[in-house]
Amino acid sequence: MTIGRFRFMDAQRVNLDGFAVEDAELGLVAFASPHDPAPSLVVVDGRVVEMDGRSETDFDVIDEFVARHGLDLSVADEAMAIDDIAYARLVVDPNVPRSEVVGLASGMTPAKLARALTHLRPAELVLAMTKVRARRTPSNQAHVTNRSDDPLLLAADAATAAAFGFREIETTVPVLGDAPSNAIAVSIGAAVGSPGVLVQCSVEEALELEMGMRGLVSYAETVSLYGTEQIFVDGDDTPWSKAFLTSAYASRGIKMRVTSGGGAEALMGGAEGCSMFYLEARCVSLARAIGSQGVQNGGIDSASVAGAVPGGVRSLMAENLMVMLRNLEACTGNDALMSESDVRRTSRTHPIFIAGSDFVCSGFGSIQRYDNMFGPSQWNSEDVDDWLAMQRDWGVDGGLRTAQEQDVARLRRRAAEAVRDVYAYLGLGDFDESWLEQAVDAAGSKDVPAADLMTPLSAARIIRDTGISMLDVATALDACGYDVEAERLLLMLRARIDGDYLQTAAIFTEEMQVLSLVTDPNDYAGPGTGYSPTVERQREIDAIRQQRSVADLRAEQADLRDDSLRLVGPAASGNDPREVTIGVSAAVGRALWVSLSGLTVVDILDELLAGLEEEGAVGRIVRVNDSVDLGAIGLTAARLSGSGIAIGLQAKGTALITRRDLSPLANLELYSVAPTVTRELYRQLGVNAARHAKGATPEPTRNPYSEQAIEARYHTKVVSLVAIERSCVDPSLAPEDLALAEARS
Amino acid sequence: MTRARSGNDSADLTLDALRRGGLVADDVRIHPDTLEHQATVAEAHSNPQLAANLRRAAELTSLPDEEVLAIYEALRPRRSTRGELDALAESLESRGLTINAALLREAAAVYSRRGMLR
Repeated sequence: MTIGRFRFMDAQRVNLDGFAVEDAELGLVAFASPHDPAPSLVVVDGRVVEMDGRSETDFDVIDEFVARHGLDLSVADEAMAIDDIAYARLVVDPNVPRSEVVGLASGMTPAKLARALTHLRPAELVLAMTKVRARRTPSNQAHVTNRSDDPLLLAADAATAAAFGFREIETTVPVLGDAPSNAIAVSIGAAVGSPGVLVQCSVEEALELEMGMRGLVSYAETVSLYGTEQIFVDGDDTPWSKAFLTSAYASRGIKMRVTSGGGAEALMGGAEGCSMFYLEARCVSLARAIGSQGVQNGGIDSASVAGAVPGGVRSLMAENLMVMLRNLEACTGNDALMSESDVRRTSRTHPIFIAGSDFVCSGFGSIQRYDNMFGPSQWNSEDVDDWLAMQRDWGVDGGLRTAQEQDVARLRRRAAEAVRDVYAYLGLGDFDESWLEQAVDAAGSKDVPAADLMTPLSAARIIRDTGISMLDVATALDACGYDVEAERLLLMLRARIDGDYLQTAAIFTEEMQVLSLVTDPNDYAGPGTGYSPTVERQREIDAIRQQRSVADLRAEQADLRDDSLRLVGPAASGNDPREVTIGVSAAVGRALWVSLSGLTVVDILDELLAGLEEEGAVGRIVRVNDSVDLGAIGLTAARLSGSGIAIGLQAKGTALITRRDLSPLANLELYSVAPTVTRELYRQLGVNAARHAKGATPEPTRNPYSEQAIEARYHTKVVSLVAIERSCVDPSLAPEDLALAEARS
Repeated sequence: MTRARSGNDSADLTLDALRRGGLVADDVRIHPDTLEHQATVAEAHSNPQLAANLRRAAELTSLPDEEVLAIYEALRPRRSTRGELDALAESLESRGLTINAALLREAAAVYSRRGMLR
């Protein structure tokens, strides 16, 4: 039988996660397995004849491709000779230019770069990532999928993702045959949301390429690399087929990146005893060797495998840094959910979030978890406001922006209607009104019972059979009155002729400017350099929709104005020993009418008076005009009270009982947690005050403490309320009697 | 200004042109010269491998989609015999796709050594 403390700890969500004992044989080791080879490079007459302890006759396909294509032999001698720690320091040092550390990395074998980066501590990884990522301006990628491949919902959600600032949208399918329909629906939705949003549809390699060639998607990412030959071939590819695939995309002007991630080989039982980080170093070297402009890594589907071993989360970030050091675009994981714990998943992402990356998430689930056909993401639609708040907290650009409800509502409707009209125009399918209305309003596909699963399947079949291209979609949009969106699709097609977005780490701004390693190179060189949000962007980051000012609070209070509390005249000292005064602060019933608990001040006064009456006391309301301090308010009222007992009350609802002979900071009872005080508790406070007046010692009421972040919820309001209270204070004005009107509803 | 594979200026890719029905698939296909230009940009930005990829791609612009897909399929593990890969390389070479031909020949040799031929 476990003790209560451990029963309680066991029940926490983090204990749903799996944690593995390090086991090098199974590849369950983040860094430095005893089986990882020592770095080596032997070059004879310009030909690599040995790499990382293996001679060329024993090269597997990965070694072979990296050795033949991936290394800059002109710097290899220097790169391989440099001390690991010395290189790690160059990587972190802001005074050493990015070009220098990137240049050295190009001559390093996988084992060499892996071993050097193993030395970086978390804070050093943050600094290194800030300095070495390719693009100066950070960005973010969204997943937009749903369980039904509902084209209307996909379009509405793509428009929503674009409105929130995502510059790449990745979709996929639960039903493979639906893919072309999803690609078109998401492309239309993205075009409704913003110009320049890149769209991909992740499916099997050949089908994905085919869709790219038809112009149905504007980038590709699902081109997987693995760190051992066995697993690579199990994935039905070789480095040569992947190299060819990479060129095939470029030949049609389509951006692409490859995908890899530590732990993938261990998960598939083929790690060959090597560490996750070393195997990933092989993947990243190969990515560079085949000429991919970028890599999506950081565990990805196996992030939780890395997360299960010591140092695993650090290795995920180090993987991303390795991509940056190979001078490639880094799409830094934070996609597959790696923990049930909100604390752990935040901890895993946060260093990358503050460092900034080409794409902080390689798939922020902008839709609901259950609708994410990649599986739940590390960050999902329920976290969008958290992300926006985190950006604001740290003054960091995590790629997202606040979207106003009315704008999102308008965009969702336009996106869903555009898809409906285009599908009708192209003969792809019909959608009835209830389906459309549900999709516009839906928070997820469970809110769209009208969706029919055959519609996307049949639409996709027609798209493939009739060879519908993005030009046809643009024509349809234009014909149906969506000329703005048609133009945006044409601009995306034009981008693939111009070719500038084939360069490393390219995204488009809303003005269709390409931001990439070439046009927007990262120039971080210490404090005061590198990316900093523009004034306009900073304002966007800061102005989250939940922020409130004193003026907002005044308006909110004025809406609940109540005239039932009226002034009687100057307050005199009472003689009745049954009398208990209720000292209220200066703004009560004048500028403030509602307390933090949502009870009006009149409600509170009613309860207090009723409580007093229950115990035979007589209440008198006195406004104390010269202080905002509750102790002083209570004491002033007590000095006017016939019994010497008074209740003090601030407009925010904080209340106490005091006696005329107590010091200002003392009290008999205090309700300090105003937001959680109930009517019953205020009544009890009246009852207890009356008992004190009779000379009794009542049992104090228990303050309603809770586990909620009451302070986080109310402190900003308190600052505004106190400011309003202070504006009502008049030190020259003596206390005044107030009366509650009798007839009130 | 950039020319599409069709020879038309990319700036001509407009709604007006679309409405006139004057846009064809080659108006939205990249021109090999553009890829060569991008390759030189990649080289100037310390990525010769990206440059090499873009040059392979420049050659592939001349192939129809189906053939590109077919070559990709042929390069997947255990899809082709040594002879088939060599013949494919020969065919590409004869049409001026020399870089891709070299890639296929290299693949054929490595596949042979690593047991990845059909």
